[in-house]
Amino acid sequence: MSEKKETAISTGLLIDEKADRSIAGKIAYVWRLLWRDKAGLLGLIMFLSVVFAAVFSPWITPHDPMQQNIEASKQAPVWGEEGTAEHILGTDSLGRDVLSRIIYGSRVSITVGFLGVMMAFTLGMIIGLISGYKGGRTDNIIMTLVNMILSLPYLVFVVFVAAILGNSLLNVILIFGFTDIPIFVRVTRGEVLRLREEGFIEAAKSIGQTTPKIIFHHIMPNLLGPLITLATFEMSAMIFYEAGLGFLGLSVPPTIPSWGNMLAMGRQYLTVYPWMSVYPGLAIVFTGFGMNLFGDWLRDAMDPRMRRKKK
Amino acid sequence: MSTILSVQNLKTRFTTFDGTVYAVNGVDFDLKQGETLAVVGESGSGKSVTMLSLLGLLPAESAAVSGEAYLQLESIEANLLGISKEQLNRIRGKHISIVFQDALRSLNPVMTVGEQISESLITHMGYNKKNARSRAVELLEDVGISYPEKRYYSYPHQFSGGMRQRAMIAIAIACEPEILIADEPTTALDVTIQTQIVDLTRRLQDKMGMTVIWITHDLGVVAGIADRVMVMYAGMPIEKAPVDELYENPQHPYTEGLLGAIPEIGETEQNRLISIGGAPPDLFAAPKHCQFAWRCPYVFDRCWREIPPYFEVGDGHFSKCFYDMNTQQARGEE
Repeated sequence: MSEKKETAISTGLLIDEKADRSIAGKIAYVWRLLWRDKAGLLGLIMFLSVVFAAVFSPWITPHDPMQQNIEASKQAPVWGEEGTAEHILGTDSLGRDVLSRIIYGSRVSITVGFLGVMMAFTLGMIIGLISGYKGGRTDNIIMTLVNMILSLPYLVFVVFVAAILGNSLLNVILIFGFTDIPIFVRVTRGEVLRLREEGFIEAAKSIGQTTPKIIFHHIMPNLLGPLITLATFEMSAMIFYEAGLGFLGLSVPPTIPSWGNMLAMGRQYLTVYPWMSVYPGLAIVFTGFGMNLFGDWLRDAMDPRMRRKKK
Repeated sequence: MSTILSVQNLKTRFTTFDGTVYAVNGVDFDLKQGETLAVVGESGSGKSVTMLSLLGLLPAESAAVSGEAYLQLESIEANLLGISKEQLNRIRGKHISIVFQDALRSLNPVMTVGEQISESLITHMGYNKKNARSRAVELLEDVGISYPEKRYYSYPHQFSGGMRQRAMIAIAIACEPEILIADEPTTALDVTIQTQIVDLTRRLQDKMGMTVIWITHDLGVVAGIADRVMVMYAGMPIEKAPVDELYENPQHPYTEGLLGAIPEIGETEQNRLISIGGAPPDLFAAPKHCQFAWRCPYVFDRCWREIPPYFEVGDGHFSKCFYDMNTQQARGEE
């Protein structure tokens, strides 16, 4: 990096000097932020590869994930004993291709994680904004409800609801989305309580801004950083929980390949045919790790005060 | 000069967990068009609370404000303390603006400085985004910020203290308000920057014909900018006078004490700085007598019985005190 450019960054002027405000300019700017933080870049690549696998499953899987083949069952991965290039990560006890099932399994994880978090994020933020900004009785009622939901033993509650509602993708999303609302409400409310006492809110009032404008224009942008960061962590947690629920046989029906279902199925063969559960397990770790790295980067990138810092 | 703001018997009290705080206990003043009124007093004397009360910026759940404040402008007439929040929103920022003490806290950290200036133009003047942007750049230039085109896209944390205060002033004057309230805008700044901000405000005042209320506890600043001064103590104005008159002929013991506490260059050991003994009164009790009585060197029995009225002691010079400094005798019929 040239000396001049370096000085410019440390004084925080680089962006202003290159005032490229087109869409391309903004993308280039985000790219520079990513390039500077390699861990964030790695996290994004890991996450995007999982998304890619989920979206393009039918085109990139070598086999039909449901295709049973008893003759080829319990085959080791390609580098194992009697492994074949036909089934790179081996087959399960019914002869289904592990790799194909992992790729298809990402669909369930990503869908549950994404839609579940979207639901919790949106509802949680709106409820939290109302609770924090209105205060008084509204706040008391909302927080009582939130605390009630939070005081339920989480896993028992989820298992209970899943058992009643039955196994379906939609139910899983709804359960996770709903039970995750309180966390978003609490974080939002806490931030709003802090923000509404800030001088700039008083200043916004002093120039005649209306309440909706203050909430959506002044408070909300300040919330997005912490909330989006929370969302990435919650999404990886949700993927873990979905796998856990699948392991208990309470997530999507066993006919749909999911990482949790694969873990459950491979459990009884764990010592003999470890690939049946180890690889889906690694897929979960991979996704979670990637999302956490990316989430860390995102928190810094969302905050203009952190963004301009020289790493 | 016509009166554009007339405040009468303004009282503000806060309901707190520990009891009622009597923060402002009857403020009266008239603001004349084009003048600069300085409001002086120590911390907790109710200077800021008075202004926040006028603009309805105190939290409604804990603050009770009473009294009248008639705004009489060419374009609008209203009692600030008797109108709805919506009506007040149309006045704040458009006709009356305020510049706060702590500029960093008063700017939104996640919005660019330019956006924050544009905002008020869009709200009150019906500008579209593009027009607001070019006007905001002009305003940044007006308040003396270099490279305004680029600075428009800067965030508050990239500005220095002085620049932030300039940006705050740009926001406040964006809609060319008739009245600008400067709430200790120079307190957090060093002396050279203080002077620049004072000069800037004066220049803008002349250019736009604004009326300024300048809140400060710095009597040195007052001498340079004010036309009239209102000295506040324990939530009441205790002396009001034209600026020169106040410095030459203070008529309230508190003002006398304040002026005695200004250090002078060339002071010697013998000529020690005077300080006012004691501390300001507890605001948890409603005032029943002169609030300065505890600390007053001239106090006598009547001071403990009633709150003094305003005595006109000179041309436009009012003092809330029973003691006549010139004759060294009590004044007023009992």
